[in-house]
Amino acid sequence: MTPNWFKLASPASFYPTAGRLIPVFWILTVVLLIVGLYWGFFETVDRLGGNNPQKEYYRIIFIHVPSAWMSMWLYVVMVGWAAIGLVFNTRLSFMMANAIAPTGAIFTFLALWTGAFWGRPSWGTYWDWDPRLTSELVLLFMYIGYMALHSAIDDIRRADRAAALLAIVGLVMVPVIFWSINCPDPNQCAALHQRSNLTKIDGNILFAMLTMMLAFWMYSFATTFMRLRGIILTREAESTWVHELLTDGGRA
Amino acid sequence: MTKFFAQGGYAFFVWGAYGMVALVLLAEILQLRAQQRTILARLGRLIRLRGEHDQ
Repeated sequence: MTPNWFKLASPASFYPTAGRLIPVFWILTVVLLIVGLYWGFFETVDRLGGNNPQKEYYRIIFIHVPSAWMSMWLYVVMVGWAAIGLVFNTRLSFMMANAIAPTGAIFTFLALWTGAFWGRPSWGTYWDWDPRLTSELVLLFMYIGYMALHSAIDDIRRADRAAALLAIVGLVMVPVIFWSINCPDPNQCAALHQRSNLTKIDGNILFAMLTMMLAFWMYSFATTFMRLRGIILTREAESTWVHELLTDGGRA
Repeated sequence: MTKFFAQGGYAFFVWGAYGMVALVLLAEILQLRAQQRTILARLGRLIRLRGEHDQ
């Protein structure tokens, strides 16, 4: 039997579903964090010493790269929900986009912060107007602009549509960030970030990095659903199902 | 153990990066929990108020 997606996509039925899923995502987050951090700190020590140029600060990679990936992925997912909301006029899609934005902004900030703490010992500077750093900073402003525009418009339906359009325009930043390192000739353009190639990364480092990325994905699901439940309750405060939820023994 | 925390002399950078991640992510979780409690309390009050008003 196929589930009725339209029924599931109503705020009233997604509220309890999200509530059941949140603990699952928290457990997955904790397990993946423990595995990823243990592997990153203790199973990659062969990268140090000998002929390896790596110093201890390479360990920042296990949070820096996943944060940066999440900042871009969450933006794409947010725009996806905003676009679905614009096309099909579904309430839950806009709420989903709203719920993702703060978590996306947080990961963008963390990508910049951990990058600064990595850049200082390796490049000698916390900040530089390098293409990738600059475009990631603009992505942070896109998230902030989305949230600011949404909260500036009182009519919630207009706010949803205006902010969704802004988010779609801002999507241009994601490919810019992605390709901001592909500098064909170092004499023509400068980029501090080197070309990355996942197949050339040491297996243990890659494993820890990907595990941390999955942990951040699970974390994002958990926090987004928590925020979504708050948004649903606030927006549906007048509906009968919220009334029944709060009076029926107060199990929310 | 001391050696682990020293991170080969890069403790400030390694723990500065990890510390901020831990701080911000924990703050987000706590903020979300507090917010959910606030919303539920406010809606509960509203519903009780209306209930009294109807009688």
